[in-house]
Order: sequence, then C-alpha cells, then structure tokens
Amino acid sequence: MDLLTWTYLLVGLSFALYIGIAIWTRASSTQEFYVAGGGVSPIANGLATAADWMSAASFMSMAGIISFSGYDGSVYLMGWTGGYVLLALLLAPYLRKFGKFTVPDFVGDRYYSNKARVVAVICALFISFIYVAGQMRGVGIVFSRYLELPIEWGVVIGMAIVFFYAVLGGMKGITYTQVAQYCVLIFAYLVPAIFISMQLTGNPIPQLGLGGEVADGVPLLDKLDGILADLGFEEYTSGKKSKSDLFMITLALMVGTAGLPHVIVRFFTVPRVRDARLSAGYALVFIAILYTAAPAVAAFGIYNTIQSTSEKSIDALPEWVNNWQQTNLIGIEDKNGDGKVQYLADPATNELRIDKDIMVLASPEIASLPNWVVGLVAAGAMAAALSTAAGLLLVISTSVSRDLFKTFRPEISEKKELRIARIAAAGAVLLAGYFGINPPGFVAEVVAFAFGLAASSFFPVILLGIFSTRINREGAIAGMLAGLVFTISYISYFKFISPELNTAAHWWWGISPEGIGTIGMALNFLVCFGVSYLTPPPPKNVQELIQEIRIPKGAGKAYDH
Amino acid sequence: MERYWKKNLQTLALLLFIWFLVSFGFGILWVEELNTIRLGGFKLGFWFAQQGSIYSFVVLIFIYVIRMNALDREFKVNED
Repeated sequence: MDLLTWTYLLVGLSFALYIGIAIWTRASSTQEFYVAGGGVSPIANGLATAADWMSAASFMSMAGIISFSGYDGSVYLMGWTGGYVLLALLLAPYLRKFGKFTVPDFVGDRYYSNKARVVAVICALFISFIYVAGQMRGVGIVFSRYLELPIEWGVVIGMAIVFFYAVLGGMKGITYTQVAQYCVLIFAYLVPAIFISMQLTGNPIPQLGLGGEVADGVPLLDKLDGILADLGFEEYTSGKKSKSDLFMITLALMVGTAGLPHVIVRFFTVPRVRDARLSAGYALVFIAILYTAAPAVAAFGIYNTIQSTSEKSIDALPEWVNNWQQTNLIGIEDKNGDGKVQYLADPATNELRIDKDIMVLASPEIASLPNWVVGLVAAGAMAAALSTAAGLLLVISTSVSRDLFKTFRPEISEKKELRIARIAAAGAVLLAGYFGINPPGFVAEVVAFAFGLAASSFFPVILLGIFSTRINREGAIAGMLAGLVFTISYISYFKFISPELNTAAHWWWGISPEGIGTIGMALNFLVCFGVSYLTPPPPKNVQELIQEIRIPKGAGKAYDH
Repeated sequence: MERYWKKNLQTLALLLFIWFLVSFGFGILWVEELNTIRLGGFKLGFWFAQQGSIYSFVVLIFIYVIRMNALDREFKVNED
C-alpha cells in the first residue's frame, strides 16, 4: 500500500477508536462530567495524565529543539518532568483530599473569597486558551503534511472529533480516550526511535543508544561534538545559555507544570488520596518513557541529517530530503555554486535550512522504515494534539459552568449545570478552532506565557494554602495579582512591545522571558507573606479545613456542595 | 497529628533536596565538573541533565508513595 493510503487508514482507525470510546463512556452527571465520577484507577489516570500533558509540541517539536540546542535543550527535559515531583509531593494528594472539582474551587474555598476565585478562573481560562489554540494548529499541521489536506480542513476535522468526545463524554469520555491516545502516541514515537538506534549504534534501546558508539567505535555524542565544532557550531554536550538563565527557565517550567490547571484536575478523578500520590508516579513513568527517548531521537536526528547532507552533491541527496523540501520543512540554497550542500553555523555561508519538526516527522523515512510507520507517526502526532486539546477544553468548560455560573447562581439544577458545561465546551471548541485556522502570529511566543502565568499565579497560593495556616484572603489575592502583573508585563515587553531588545544584555539579571516566571513566583510568595502578616489570620473554619486536608483519612469521592 | 505532619515535612525536605541536587545541582550548577567523569559514552553531567535527573524523579515519587503509605498506617490516618 502506498504512504497516503496507510496514513488515512491508521489515522482513520485511531479516530474510530476514540469515537467508540466516547459513546461507550458518555457522562450522565456533573460528577462524571467534571471528574469522571471519581473512580478512575491510578494506572488509568497515570496514562491519561501522560497523554493530557504531552502535547503536539512534546511529540513533534521537542526532539528537534534539542537537536539544534544540544545541552541547552535539557531545560525542557528536566523542567517538564521535574514538575511532577512538585505535583506529587506538594499538591496532588492534598487537593484530592480537599475533594472538589477545580483549582478555582480550592482557591475560592481556602481563601473564603469569591474575588480570589474569580482571579483564579481568569488565570485558568487564559492559560488554557493559549494552550488549546496551539494544539488545534498542531492538528491542522499534521493533516496538511501527511494527508495533503489544507490546514483549515484539518482543524475542522480535529474540532469535530474533539467536540464529539469532550462535549458528550466530559471528563469520563476524555479519560478513557486519553488512555488510548497515550498508547497510540508512545508506540508511534518509539518504533522509529528503536530502529534508528539499532541502525546507528546497534542498541535497540534508544536511551542506551544515545550513549552508544557509532560504526567506527567512537561514542556518538563525542562524534557529534566533533562534527558540530568543525562546522562552527557549539559542541552538542555544552551550551550557550548562561547558568543563571538555565536555572531560572528550568525552575519556571517545573513550577509552571505543577501549576497547570488541566494537569492538576486529573488528580481529582482517582478514588483515594493514596491513589493520587501513586498515579502521579505512574504519570511520570509514562511521560519519562517519551522524555528519555526524546534526547536520543534528537541526537540521532541531527547526526543523520548532517551525515546525509553535509558536503554531499545536491543531485544525489537521499529521497527524504527531497520529500520534505516539498513541504518547505527543508530548504537548500547553493550559495557558493559548488553543487554541494554546506551546513555551517555562519548564516552567510550556510546552505541548509531544517525545520525542527523534521527530527520526529521524518524519522521513519530517515531510517528507511516501511510506509505504515509513517502513517503511525501521523496518528501519534494527532493523538498527542487531540488529547491535550480535550483536557484543556474541559478546564475551560468547567471554569465557565461551575466556577462562574454555579458560584453566582447556586440555585441552578444539576441538569442545567451539565447543559451549561456542554454549551461552554462547544463554544470553547469553536473558539479554539477559529484560532487554529487564524493563528495569532504569536502562538509560539505565548507558550512562555502559559508556564510563566501558572508558575507566578497558581503554584504559590495553592502551596501556601496547604502548608501555611496563616496565609489569608488578602495575601493570596495580592500575591496572585503581583505575580501575574509582573510576569505579564515582563513577557509582553520583550516579546511584543520591544522584541528588538529581547537579548541577554537587556534582560533583568540576565533572565530571559521564558525564565521570568521564577521571579514572578518569588514575588507572589513575598507579597503573599507580607500582606498576610499585616492583616488578620483566616477564620477558624478555614483553619480547620487546612488541618482536614493534611490527613488522608476520610476522603470521600470528589463531591458537589 | 502534629507528629504526623512533622514527619511528612521531614520526608518532603529530604526528597526535595535530592530533587534539587540531581537536576539543578548535577545537571546545571556542577555540570562541567561532572562532565570530566564518563559514564559509558556519556559525559556524566550531560547524562544527568538529559537522562539521569528524569530517572531520579520517577524513583523519588515512588519512594514518597511507599514512605507516606507507611506513615499513614503508623498514625492510623490511612483510608481503609
């Protein structure tokens, strides 16, 4: 069968599977819609969390970013996994014991204030919208590259699928489709990685192959250091970024990960506190399988690309180079007219332009794998984008129906609340689709926003809400606002207002906009403490609530009040 | 209950210290020093930054799970 038929077949089969699961797990109560009835097993929740978390960017772009930044790319690997340690140890078990449905629920109750709740809702909505627009765009890109459809069609089809299972199934439908999507995406990621690892190093495990030796007996990473240095690049295993910037970015990503509402909400779906702890562990195992393979895919990819193009005759390049030139992900320009490709660090003489997504998307072709593997990678990329989009849409719809509507109109019936949640989910799908088709030019830029905001708004107030009995309403609101305003201003200034100044020389303390969430978080902590100690302590019933969430005993299912 | 909470905080402090050490310590602050040591085809600092820290994170969470389950039983605050 040819490539296109395989791709249609595998992507089509995976879609049929997701829709089948959605019909089978249709939600019938708000409890099922918001937290899947609170009866998800820790392993299933771990799988779903992994799929929820790993987005189109993790699947398609992360390996490529590491390929071109080498050691500096470690910030993403450590940052996006280390956050789960914070989540498991500091947040998930206590939020599960608290036993409501959303992050703003916790903020509103713990800080006995609807103002605090509204600030939290606005943060949750903002973070989720930024994120979901990127996912819809990802779906469109996969469709256009593999299925030869226009991006718009891809987005519309993606919207229809997500609409179907998120609106119908709510959290219950999403959870079980995410379990299936994890299986699809991890299989699709590992098959090419294993084959390439075998071909290059003789070791079938990519994580070990990364430390293996290439054909002439030299370790792959040393060889890569040498090749890149010869071409004028930094060595692969040493970086360009300053230590302080690496430190700040890693911390901002870790804390941001722990504070993302669509990840936190997954831990409301398990039956007990100890299941919440355990399922964070499972989630990280499933995430780590991809995240430890990614640096191997990255190194293999850049090594193979250089070996098969650098100083090679333009007429005799491998077929995959020509294929991906058509989609404009690879560009070759023979500047010195010698008929050969020169890949160099100096932009004036460099003749090869490679998009970062190539390292994953073209990996089956680079390894000369059969056509079905290419179709599999397409289905995997789609699974990664759809699963994350669905999780985010649920946060959006829950925020609207529960945190805004139900808070201010507590008399509405459960049936009506469920209907509002579905309408909100539908509205969110349409809006996300619109942004997927007409992406604001800054989609890639604003991802820094999502993590920066999660780090500087949610994380400190949730953490202090559990570990301190003294932090009060005034402190939490002031802290969240201080962290938010500072982080938004800093990122906006360097990303949108004066992008020409976005260099290390102009940054405050040498911290890039990606890492500024760390300072925003510190500011939030400081203001939170300062204001709390100047104002009266929280009332007695809140003190009791805090003592209550600190012990696992007596956790019922997530309940409605 | 205060003793339960104190022991919980001690566990957290120890595990978070290791969390910091393997990522920010070995992967960033002392990466050059560790890179002079080799682990097979890896430089050790680079290995911690791209592989070792992630494996450590997984182990840390499972140690936490086991330790907390034991603590819950010891203080009879477990759920069943």
